[in-house]
Amino acid sequence: MTILRALACAALLGATLLAGCSVPKLEPWVKPYERERLADPIMKLSRDSLPDKHFEHVRDVREGARGATGVQGGGCGCN
Amino acid sequence: MAATRAAIGLWHRLLALLGSLLGVLAPGVSRAVDLPGDKAEALLHSYIGGGVNAYGPAVLVRKSIMDKVSLSGTYYMDAVSNASIDVVTTASKYNETRHEFGLSADYVYRDAQITLGAMTSHEPDYVANTGNIDVTQEVFGGMTTVAFGFTKASDKVGKKNSPEFSDHAHHWQYRFGLTQILTSRWLASLNFDALSDDGYLGSPYRSARVFGAFVPERNPRTRSSRAGKVKLVGDLGNFGSINFGYRYYTDTWDIKAHTAEAGWSRYFGEAWLADIFARYYTQTHANFYSDNAMTETVYVSRNRQLSTFNDIGLGGRLSYNVRRVPGRYDVKLIGTYEYTRYKFKDFTDVRTGELYGYGANLFQVYLSATY
Repeated sequence: MTILRALACAALLGATLLAGCSVPKLEPWVKPYERERLADPIMKLSRDSLPDKHFEHVRDVREGARGATGVQGGGCGCN
Repeated sequence: MAATRAAIGLWHRLLALLGSLLGVLAPGVSRAVDLPGDKAEALLHSYIGGGVNAYGPAVLVRKSIMDKVSLSGTYYMDAVSNASIDVVTTASKYNETRHEFGLSADYVYRDAQITLGAMTSHEPDYVANTGNIDVTQEVFGGMTTVAFGFTKASDKVGKKNSPEFSDHAHHWQYRFGLTQILTSRWLASLNFDALSDDGYLGSPYRSARVFGAFVPERNPRTRSSRAGKVKLVGDLGNFGSINFGYRYYTDTWDIKAHTAEAGWSRYFGEAWLADIFARYYTQTHANFYSDNAMTETVYVSRNRQLSTFNDIGLGGRLSYNVRRVPGRYDVKLIGTYEYTRYKFKDFTDVRTGELYGYGANLFQVYLSATY
């Protein structure tokens, strides 16, 4: 508990000191006109929803782990 | 009184700090996010492995209304013929069909996209109803996308030829995602999910083995899971793109899992796109899992999905641009194949006494049209 209180005090003190300073403004470093390559379909994190859903379903019913794939699935009594 | 004034002063300073941080994240003018484009997709899928043959069609249609809302509907069917090792050693082969219907609506406001969805899945002995809400927001001049989502599912569990058996299960899923443009050639994404389950979380047909005798499995009625995934996608110029992913998973049943994946995509001419991908998955067993329990415990399961095992998958995908008129429509035909090898470390084939393992083949034929 003592350690937790000390950490909370340090965080509050740090926040108070920082609030007195000006935070340097961070600008987007990749401009929109530099994002041409990123817009290509082969750079997409998930390209086709139905095939991704099938892969997700096949793995969900055979493996113990699930989630954090970004694919929206539904429930079933498949396992 | 002095203490109250000091506390108020501190609160104002914290608000000022939060304000300046938000200013860093969302500077300048806002950009508009586009509604998802209109499209139609049709998929034929098949999975053959471990005595299970599952196949069926799936379709998706998406259409925007007055450029304000995009509606989509999906239908997914699984026709399953199951003669898996569990089924052939403790029951008999069966066939069943699952139908899943989904509807969702996307709404875009400035840099945010809001999605509302509902899904229902029907099997002869299992009905699952799911609802979800997802919000994505572009910040930092479009370089960062933040996503939040929530899904709630309610399942009704039955058992064939046993009308006296009836139970339920509820599932909650909270999602957080972050996509970040790193450079003009690299993207990264970070996903974190918290999942909770409550109710009947096993199978009324599956047996566990205690002192060599088969008894109905007994699973805990609650489960809480956490999963985090990081993914990187990089542009290789004329050599296409490359991606890597890693996921860590842990839950209150003591399962810990690691997933690593990598893929490479490349165009061949104007019409062809090829992908190859590999995936490795490994997990530890649930604390109540046993191949053959030698003590009596409250919970016991011989579900091999909860055992210690790993699987390795290797696959490829070939996409052909059938017809394309820029700005009007685009039709693609895609074929996918993946071979996966499952190797179990503490699940034996009761017929031979040897550790179990099998190979599985996954096929997809997919037609996609955007218009």
